[in-house]
Amino acid sequence: MTTFDFLMQGLVVAMSPMILMYALIGVTLGTAVGVLPGIGPALTVALLLPVTYGLDPAGSLIMFAGIYYGGMYGGSTTSILLNTPGESASIVTALEGNKMARAGRGGPALATAAIGSFVAGLIATLALAFLAPYVVKLALIFGPREYFALMMLAFVTVSAAFGDSAMKGLTSLFVGLALGLVGIDQLTGQTRLAFDVPELRDGIEITTLAVALFAIGEALFVASQGNVIADTIQAVKGSVWMTRADWARSWKPWLRGTVIGFPIGAMPAGGAEIGTFLSYAAEKRLSKHPEEFGHGAIEGVAGPEAANNASAAGTLVPLLTLGLPTSATAAILLAGFQQFGLQPGPLLFATSPQLVWGLIASLLVANIMLLVLNLPMIRLWVKLLMIPKPWLYAGILVFATLGTIGINPSPVELAMLLIFGVMGFLMRLYGYPIAPAVVGLILGPMAEQHLRRALAISQGDWTTLLASPISAVILLVATLALVVPMLMRMRGKGQLLSQMASDED
Amino acid sequence: MTENTTATKRRPDGAALIVAAVLAALGLLLIREGFSIPDKAGYAGIGSGGMPKVIGFGMLILSAGHVLAAFRNAKTVAADDVKPQFGPVLWIMAGLLLQLLLLRHAGFAIASGLLFACTAAGFGKRNLALTLPIGIALALLIYGIFDQLLKLKLPAGVLEKLLFGG
Repeated sequence: MTTFDFLMQGLVVAMSPMILMYALIGVTLGTAVGVLPGIGPALTVALLLPVTYGLDPAGSLIMFAGIYYGGMYGGSTTSILLNTPGESASIVTALEGNKMARAGRGGPALATAAIGSFVAGLIATLALAFLAPYVVKLALIFGPREYFALMMLAFVTVSAAFGDSAMKGLTSLFVGLALGLVGIDQLTGQTRLAFDVPELRDGIEITTLAVALFAIGEALFVASQGNVIADTIQAVKGSVWMTRADWARSWKPWLRGTVIGFPIGAMPAGGAEIGTFLSYAAEKRLSKHPEEFGHGAIEGVAGPEAANNASAAGTLVPLLTLGLPTSATAAILLAGFQQFGLQPGPLLFATSPQLVWGLIASLLVANIMLLVLNLPMIRLWVKLLMIPKPWLYAGILVFATLGTIGINPSPVELAMLLIFGVMGFLMRLYGYPIAPAVVGLILGPMAEQHLRRALAISQGDWTTLLASPISAVILLVATLALVVPMLMRMRGKGQLLSQMASDED
Repeated sequence: MTENTTATKRRPDGAALIVAAVLAALGLLLIREGFSIPDKAGYAGIGSGGMPKVIGFGMLILSAGHVLAAFRNAKTVAADDVKPQFGPVLWIMAGLLLQLLLLRHAGFAIASGLLFACTAAGFGKRNLALTLPIGIALALLIYGIFDQLLKLKLPAGVLEKLLFGG
């Protein structure tokens, strides 16, 4: 069967009423959390994981993916109207979008963001569908050593390649790796680092760590910053529709943003932010109105918004085909698959084609839903921004603990939530990135297993890691990704890298 | 005043030193654990104890890196623009601690209601007579939806048993 046939079958799955319901819930929630500052898609999926325990796997995963896509749409709203990005991939949107809103052109800014997200989401999801089977074929020749090399690459790009300090990123990563060691070793059954606490023998739940670092750490951090002057929300004035000139200036940036964003998301390069920065730089250079940049150029909203949605779809390529998460949200999505006993990777395409293709097709449907949710109903979402902080964060914390209590209502689990929450707060306070810790916790044990399997196959010969050309090249790229940015920082070119810091999504 | 500022300028970055100490302690703990695990390396030549040693060693290197950075970027303490306030942080931590302690005995609604009220207090709403009932009501609503409808097992206390039965 061809990809097209699979996609058609997927659409049949996606159009069934129950699945449509899940997708609708997902995109609605996703837009809401994208709009709200302080909670992002990674956290929302983490919160919902325990809740969906007893629900339909396909439906739940489609809901999660909908949250991911929705978060990318919703983030632009906050950026444009409030100048505080709702999630980290929307930082660039705030540059031009907020200026447009202040000049009374908030409507067209929101429209070009929403339509650009739609165009990019659609194209990138189709690209995902047609690319995935090829990556799956490639993945079939991957053995443990190639997987280990890929994971090393993911570790480096998530922690050390971007941001303002490789040391801080690596510290965060190692904390995650150390936490990943807690519990029973999957290969030998040996208990490690449990200190005779029975609850620790099961290891540290990814949801507990993610919720603690993202929700509790964030709440503590925002509270510690005191009541800084209230942000002013720019009212949406005038029509949300774009003029003919706006269309003419938007469509090329949408397509360019898609072309830039998708491969960046698909490579293990950590997050959607990088694509948005590159797209912004490209639009600035190519624009016929460079003087408008910094004062509300519509291209500066259209390009990056398209790029961040395209890279969200791109992130799903390594996640679905290799089981390799390249961002915090993808790491949580992987935990979602594992919760249902599914391991993403080439096998999943063979064993559960219904689920994989249903998921991909649902993303196409979700995109259409998101366009409808975001354009005509934009004024409704803006109301969410008016919830006062005390109520908002009090509610977030109750929901945050709900997930953990739902999995395991033990004081030990809640104590971990408190301890990691304080850790997340301190990390934020001193500028340590959060995402590497989460990725380290989920990928660490997997990398260890692949390494030990590879070594068992070669009877303890470490050169086996370099003996296959694929793994040798990947390890070389990983080394370069670690060393080159360090040299750049030493030569005082770290500014660019710290702008590309990936945080949450 | 001038004396004070020059004194702070020379001071090594204290936070980095604390991080270095914590990393060193964690690293040593991991290495000790790695050595205490009986080594059944098998064909791979690396057993359960291998990875804790590697990661522990990595943490020691990062710890050394932090010490170096602390003395090299001896930064001005006044550089921090917003001084973090710890009062609100303590409110929220107290809320989480109360929830942890009360969850088993008082049930989900009361424990979570207290967390809600404490968090709101941390963000400036100190009127507990208002926030506590709202928090408990919200927690009861959540209990109703998740425990009763979605079959998520949440600890029941007096209030839950009264409203939803055993």
